[in-house]
Amino acid sequence: MTERVVQVEHLSRQFGKTTALNDVSLTLEPGLVYGLVGANGAGKTTLIKHLMGLLRAKHGSVKVFGVDPVREPVNVLSRIGYLSEQRDLPEWMQIDEMLEYLSAFYPAWDRAYVAELLETFALDASKKVKQLSKGMRAQAGLIAAVAHHPELLLLDEPSTGLDAVVRKDILNAVIRAVADNGRTVLFSSHLLDEVELMSDHVFMINQGKLVLEGSLEDIREQHQVLSVRFDSCNQSLPKIDGILAAERHGKQWHVVCNGNQAHVRQTLADVGGQVEHLRTASLQEIFVARVGRARQSEEG
Amino acid sequence: MQHLYNKHEVPVHIELSVRDGVPIYRQIVNQVRYLIASGQLDVGDELPPIRSLAQQLQVTPNTIVKAYDTLHAEGLLVKRHGSGTFVSEQASPLRKSEQRRILTQRADALLAEARQLNFSFAEVLELLEKRQTALDRIHSMEKRHD
Repeated sequence: MTERVVQVEHLSRQFGKTTALNDVSLTLEPGLVYGLVGANGAGKTTLIKHLMGLLRAKHGSVKVFGVDPVREPVNVLSRIGYLSEQRDLPEWMQIDEMLEYLSAFYPAWDRAYVAELLETFALDASKKVKQLSKGMRAQAGLIAAVAHHPELLLLDEPSTGLDAVVRKDILNAVIRAVADNGRTVLFSSHLLDEVELMSDHVFMINQGKLVLEGSLEDIREQHQVLSVRFDSCNQSLPKIDGILAAERHGKQWHVVCNGNQAHVRQTLADVGGQVEHLRTASLQEIFVARVGRARQSEEG
Repeated sequence: MQHLYNKHEVPVHIELSVRDGVPIYRQIVNQVRYLIASGQLDVGDELPPIRSLAQQLQVTPNTIVKAYDTLHAEGLLVKRHGSGTFVSEQASPLRKSEQRRILTQRADALLAEARQLNFSFAEVLELLEKRQTALDRIHSMEKRHD
């Protein structure tokens, strides 16, 4: 059996009255790219902070490389690379000073790789962090995150607010870590097309709960979009098990369903609905169907 | 036969869509098959390494691994340890059947659509003949201009 990179069991976390994580269990296996999706405030960052040992597991347990990251921070953090949306870097340092400073903490620091990335990104290493644009800041943060070839790369909304060029730089570093060194990557994103292309496995989190997880292929196979036509415009859709979301366009309904498809089709046929078209759902459609609705009920 | 796998790396043009419901690795498999069937990839041509194709398409490397493994299992690609992935010799006789397979898919799609639009099979045949005549006419006109 392969060693698990991460094992989270029944992790719950409360901040005051807000439930940030609710009984989350998940495992990460080596060599795969995991996409973490959820609305803002769903609990993604809280989960990642637990993996880094920045938050202590109060209910449930967190193991990274087989140990508790809070108890053995040096051991764990030296094998993790982390890039956050905030990219909290020391403002007063030059890029080269910052990288030099960081290299002291990591025995595996790869100077040649750092030089290569600086050149690829055309970054002037003598610039101070506070002088950097948003994109350059992300690039500097990325170099700092991957220079020691971490076994686990944690990226918290790495693409937020960045142009296509810098997003590509980040994804290329992820691809390289996985393709060349068999590393494990967990990245959270609200860009679902990006997640759909870049992940092997997806975790969908909503209001602190893991609502869906699986290999991207399985998830997509389990969710279909049906186009259903009724003779009358007034036909309302019956409540059917397995229908996650439905949207009306005149006589036509777009229905996202999962589970027992034969049952859904039969029940629709019983009320006069004719299934005209059927295809696998995209991650975007699955997300809106599962999380969009929950959010509406929360607001409403 | 070493010369056959001549390290002639060919850039492959592949376009992916997350909207058409086909798994990404499947889309890659289908398009590489098409490139081989249409002769754009030849026996002995080297395919891009996993990392570079993943970076070109901005997909997880494991998707490329899966696509190459599938094509390898089908006999279209061969892996040379330590050097790369190449179009296999077996791909050559497969080409004709591959072409037939692609055309069969198109024919099936056409027939399915015809049925949905209530065209009879005879009408479809008639339409095909008409189009062939029209294309022949255009073709001969172009020739005259050359």
